[in-house]
Amino acid sequence: MENNIQHADIYAIALHHRFQWEEAQQSYVILFPEGMVKLHGGAGEILKRVDGKASVGDIVADLKTTFPDAEDIESDILGMFDLAVGKAWLRKLN
Amino acid sequence: MAQLNNGVAASVTQKQPLWLLAEVTYRCPLHCAFCYNPTDYDKHTKNELTTEQWISALRDARKMGAIQLGISGGEPLLRDDIEEIVAEAHKLGYYSNLITSGVGLTEKRIQAFKEGGLDHIQLSMHDVTEDISNFITNTRTFELKKKVAAMIKSHGYPMVLNVVIHRYNIDQVGKILEMAEALGADYVELANTQYYGWSLVNRDQLMPTREQLDRAEAATNAFRERVGNKMKVFFVVPDYFADRPKKCMNGWGEVFMIVTANGDVLPCHSARVLPGMTFPNVRENGLEWAWKESPAFTKYRGMEWMKEPCRSCDEKENDLGGCRCQSYLLSGDAEMADPVCTKSPNRHLIDEALVNSQNPLVREQPIIFRTDKNSKKYVEGDKERIAQFHALP
Ligand code: SF4
Ligand code: SF4
Repeated sequence: MENNIQHADIYAIALHHRFQWEEAQQSYVILFPEGMVKLHGGAGEILKRVDGKASVGDIVADLKTTFPDAEDIESDILGMFDLAVGKAWLRKLN
Repeated sequence: MAQLNNGVAASVTQKQPLWLLAEVTYRCPLHCAFCYNPTDYDKHTKNELTTEQWISALRDARKMGAIQLGISGGEPLLRDDIEEIVAEAHKLGYYSNLITSGVGLTEKRIQAFKEGGLDHIQLSMHDVTEDISNFITNTRTFELKKKVAAMIKSHGYPMVLNVVIHRYNIDQVGKILEMAEALGADYVELANTQYYGWSLVNRDQLMPTREQLDRAEAATNAFRERVGNKMKVFFVVPDYFADRPKKCMNGWGEVFMIVTANGDVLPCHSARVLPGMTFPNVRENGLEWAWKESPAFTKYRGMEWMKEPCRSCDEKENDLGGCRCQSYLLSGDAEMADPVCTKSPNRHLIDEALVNSQNPLVREQPIIFRTDKNSKKYVEGDKERIAQFHALP
């Protein structure tokens, strides 16, 4: 499933989409014309690191350091990227 | 709304008003036959909320969890304080959307919207051909829309086109999509007319045939295949052609909160049509009370209110029994299963309407355009038929 996502890839939030913390939802959300998506804990942690500079590899490494106890975190992260790219919430910069 | 997906992205779970729809005015320079505004809108054009009242409503709704803000009407640009409202919405953290016919959008105003932080503009287009467009809107505004579309694009806004589909333009869906592509649209909503308000009055004249619908869907799919992800096309099928109703407004009092020009707070556009209901108003009741406790919002929230066949139906969570207003408007019983449902004892009303719309004698009746004069007639005749749904995919 995650075969399209490479460690060297750099992503940013897609144009016309906005990523923000929602106090009332206690979660991160992505907002776009006519819709929104609420991101549960892990997904929010991943996407908040997507800033147009960090590569997928950087983000994997960062999350591994931040959550040393999480098992098999890498495939979760790549899976989330795959989903977010498929839904056009992210755009690839390189 | 996103669906549950690998456990990472999910739609809303608790009942918070995520979507605030501000129908800031019912005044409008156009006279669309398919308008979903109340047929008695004339009596709502007075007594509009002030700028300050709108701003405090935005604040309160935001505290309750609202994130998406739709500013619509009528034609919202007929108010001269939209710039102020938009700027405040941005400060509060809303994702804001101006829904306009484009009439009144100038270079100066769009620049102010951009600076104020408006997130997107949804432009309603009627057709590719000037003739049909001007026929249906009863005005010569089509050229202007093309200019406005270019203006929206040049200010870096996503180009969201909403095209209301009916018998007179459904055969040109392919061309409409090509035009949208040429204008640089990012999203296109092909919203088949839903029959409430003015469009219900004109139902027999507006309803396409099943064959037209099938051809339009095929044209849409062919277009999608060619263009791919570059442009998102939503095709909203009219529910008369389905055998299960839509989950109206994503559920009564679940996600949407509408504040009307005069401050009434509604769970759906057309709720005012229902008998024996009193709606809260922001001038007297707080939004929080309106959402959580007002009788209007609690009445049809969830499934408690249902009777048979919905009550024991194993599909009730899918559609929550459909639309209360449609049920009332067509059958006189607000609590019955939506007549669209084939399990509803009222399904024959839909089938008859489908047959009628094919009857040349009925369908050639003149269309009643939305005008102040016609609206007064409806106020007097107390034939209150209000609107529903803004097509949201
Ligand atoms: S549908 Fe037409 S008449 Fe109705 S509010 Fe929209 S632009 Fe105005
Ligand atoms: S019977 Fe009622 S709940 Fe069941 S599918 Fe029909 S409308 Fe929905």
